[in-house]
Amino acid sequence: MSKGVARSTAEPQGFSRWWLRGHSLLVFIFFYAPIVVLFIFSFNDSNAVGNWKGFTFGWYEAFLDNDNVQKSIWVSVKVCLFSTVIAVVLGTASALALERFRWWGQKAFDAVLYLPIIIPDVTMAVMMLVFFGETAEWFNVIPGVDLSSGLEKLVFSHVAFNISFVSVVVRARLANLDASMEEAAADLYANRWQAFRRVTLPQIMPGVIGGALLAITISLDDVVVSSFVAAVGATPISVYVFGMLRKGVSPLVNSVSVVMLTASISLVLASLVFSRATGSGREER
Amino acid sequence: MHDTTDGPRTAVELQGVVKRFGDRSGTEVTAVDNLDLTIADGEFFSLLGPSGCGKTTTLRMIAGLELPTAGSIRIHGEEMGLRPPNKRPVNTVFQNYALFPHMTVAKNIGFGLEMRKVPAGERAELIDWAIQLVEMGSMAHRKPGQLSGGQQQRVALARALVNRPEVLLLDEPLGALDLKLRQQMQHELKSLQREVGITFVYVTHDQEEAVTMSDRIGVMHDGRLLQVDTPEAIYERPTTRFVADFIGQSNFLAATVASADEVVLANGQRLRLSSDRPTGEAVAVTVRPERLTVHRRGEAPAGLHHLEGRVETVTYLGNAIVYGVGIDWMHLEVRCPATLAVDRRDVGDEVTVSFEPRHAAVVTG
Repeated sequence: MSKGVARSTAEPQGFSRWWLRGHSLLVFIFFYAPIVVLFIFSFNDSNAVGNWKGFTFGWYEAFLDNDNVQKSIWVSVKVCLFSTVIAVVLGTASALALERFRWWGQKAFDAVLYLPIIIPDVTMAVMMLVFFGETAEWFNVIPGVDLSSGLEKLVFSHVAFNISFVSVVVRARLANLDASMEEAAADLYANRWQAFRRVTLPQIMPGVIGGALLAITISLDDVVVSSFVAAVGATPISVYVFGMLRKGVSPLVNSVSVVMLTASISLVLASLVFSRATGSGREER
Repeated sequence: MHDTTDGPRTAVELQGVVKRFGDRSGTEVTAVDNLDLTIADGEFFSLLGPSGCGKTTTLRMIAGLELPTAGSIRIHGEEMGLRPPNKRPVNTVFQNYALFPHMTVAKNIGFGLEMRKVPAGERAELIDWAIQLVEMGSMAHRKPGQLSGGQQQRVALARALVNRPEVLLLDEPLGALDLKLRQQMQHELKSLQREVGITFVYVTHDQEEAVTMSDRIGVMHDGRLLQVDTPEAIYERPTTRFVADFIGQSNFLAATVASADEVVLANGQRLRLSSDRPTGEAVAVTVRPERLTVHRRGEAPAGLHHLEGRVETVTYLGNAIVYGVGIDWMHLEVRCPATLAVDRRDVGDEVTVSFEPRHAAVVTG
């Protein structure tokens, strides 16, 4: 773990060194063993989840044959993309407003903004359900929005909690950014938009991307809020899998989970590669 | 040295400028108080004062980064009003440089030109000119993080100068550099200013820096401009005790104005010194330590002002000797060139301290 760091006298030696290594190994096993088990049992040729009978690709075939599962994944992807884009824009804007300006009611806004992070999911879910029930007609006024379809409801509710997360991450980055940077841009004839686009945004980009990744993960992950607001024909995969469990555990769940796991790991790897390529000291353009 | 009336036109004109900052509890702080100032075209003007005196706020108001609470700011005769910084014909070198860390040196320098939509060909030429001007030719493709403090300073300077502003504002640009580099940059800045002929408004708390570089200096204290003059005049003829004390060291002899051309010292001794202060006002007579001379008692030449005292301390400094001389009611510091060491006084000697009337100034307080 201490690779690349100059060894200091404070670094544990002898027995405690091995003890700590063993301890971190156990932590890793604790984290990843379930995933390995899940992965192995997704190839299990048996209808029972916990009983190894032999190797098969059968559950992946079942996954490919199951239209409902694929439809649900597609719903999840759509909800996740739309809600993330909207949440990133609004969350970044609110972070800028809180960090760069002083205005009336700021402290109250600041406190309320983080409410979705601390209130329980169930509360949030009930709130959403009641809210959409009461205000569906208002939203339907927006061209192209039809709240009865469910997809829009999912997007709006995911935006509602993701703004907070994006805002927290972006704000941390903004706080470390010297405000005189923006003054320098203004002094060099940039208007506010140009100063943001050319000077502020490139520097808070790691925060924005981090916020977006967080939003994607939380959106894909969400069961509670989604199951309250989801309508027939627009069930996200998390809710669908949860529903499958109620009908008795089928190893199909395993293969679906492995597919989702692979997708999210690829996403994280892609973002790492991206930030390596652009983040660390290359030329602009 | 420039005279105050020198220069064909006015670069910057501040009239009755006031800046108050209010905090949430409702208390207001006056950072700049009713400031009048005229800076001539092509001048190297320094705003000098201790931290918190309002000099940086004044500079930021000229740049448009702060808006004045009251008063008028004109640049080349044009009222700036509420005009935002990007619409003002000035550029700023920031105290911490504020270089854009994600852009190369060349990109940083070209930023202002790009924002003003200068065509790419012309832009490249100007960037090249500015990079050569600050001798950063080999660094054009580096990022600010790969440069030393002095190099970053040059880039900040080039980034501002490349736009050929009518006025260049510099906010303690040398503050972060070590002493040797700072002295070198002082000379470079001065010759650069002569070369490009742009008006420089330079904010500093370092009196030596201001004296070395400026055509004129404005000394600020508590939001007020105390004195505006050439470095020589500020040093030789300070009008307030604060200015005399802030620019170099000085002796202050408590006195009262007796008439337009005479003051009475605290011991009753009368000195012929003209001042514009009203009769009866408590003032101080200030004389620089190096303008004082010590003689054996009674041997001081006539025609000079004399003060009688006794040597209390002698400090040898190599190039100078500093005598601490106790006169009846106070302690004077006298600085003599060390070449006079042959005629050296010792502790306890009865001496006469003399100075020419023109080397004394009457200051308030």
